[in-house]
Amino acid sequence: MNPAVAPEETQGRVEVAIPARAEWVAVARLTVAAVASRLRFSIEEIEDIKLAIAEACTNAIQHGVATDTISIACEVTAADLRITVRDHGIGRLAPVDETGFKEDGRSEELGIFLIRALMDSVEYRVDSREGTELVMVKRVVG
Amino acid sequence: MDIKVNVRDSEGDAYIVDLTGEIDVYTSPKVKDAITELIDQEHYNLVINLEKVRYIDSTGLGVLIGGLKRVREHGGSVNLVCTNPQIKKIFDITGLVKIFGIFDDEQSAMKALV
Repeated sequence: MNPAVAPEETQGRVEVAIPARAEWVAVARLTVAAVASRLRFSIEEIEDIKLAIAEACTNAIQHGVATDTISIACEVTAADLRITVRDHGIGRLAPVDETGFKEDGRSEELGIFLIRALMDSVEYRVDSREGTELVMVKRVVG
Repeated sequence: MDIKVNVRDSEGDAYIVDLTGEIDVYTSPKVKDAITELIDQEHYNLVINLEKVRYIDSTGLGVLIGGLKRVREHGGSVNLVCTNPQIKKIFDITGLVKIFGIFDDEQSAMKALV
């Protein structure tokens, strides 16, 4: 949170692409955290966003078919942070029971469950030619 | 970004796994290897100390769940030591607080092992 930043100075768009490999997920996580810190999010909310972006990237790495790059776009307004994670494979972000994780569940189910729990809205699109796209939004409260 | 894994034996047949760093898709295989090795050596009562873990994601949680399932097959148990509020929150919202014993200190986690 930076009270000195006026809303119009907060707005912007940041894009980054990472290789679709496990060792690069931390780079996505830290990049998005840096962008989120431009808004009036609490430290806890920034941690939530870091985890959500990591889960989206992890899903793309583990289940994207023929994916070599993951694109991450952050659109920043004074009111929210919209993050689009795109790969060029067919992901598997299946909707899960939102009442909680089951002991016999898989970690990818846990991943999307966490994204849904930590972000304010989540949309998931699959295109057989373009790949998969996950759009998640975290709103600034107060 | 890395994870440090340190395994210590304790009283009885219990083992303590100290983790330091971040557990994600890149580092979780190292944690899995350490837990798997202990279980393969027939150590089924484990305390996993997360006090120095700054971050954990679903792959890290999956490793812990996998370890718990394996030790339970042998009548064992996995207790966690966790004081980081953000990590506790992850266990809470996923419902994993109902599956793991989560304690504020190592002594309590050891005492509560089956």
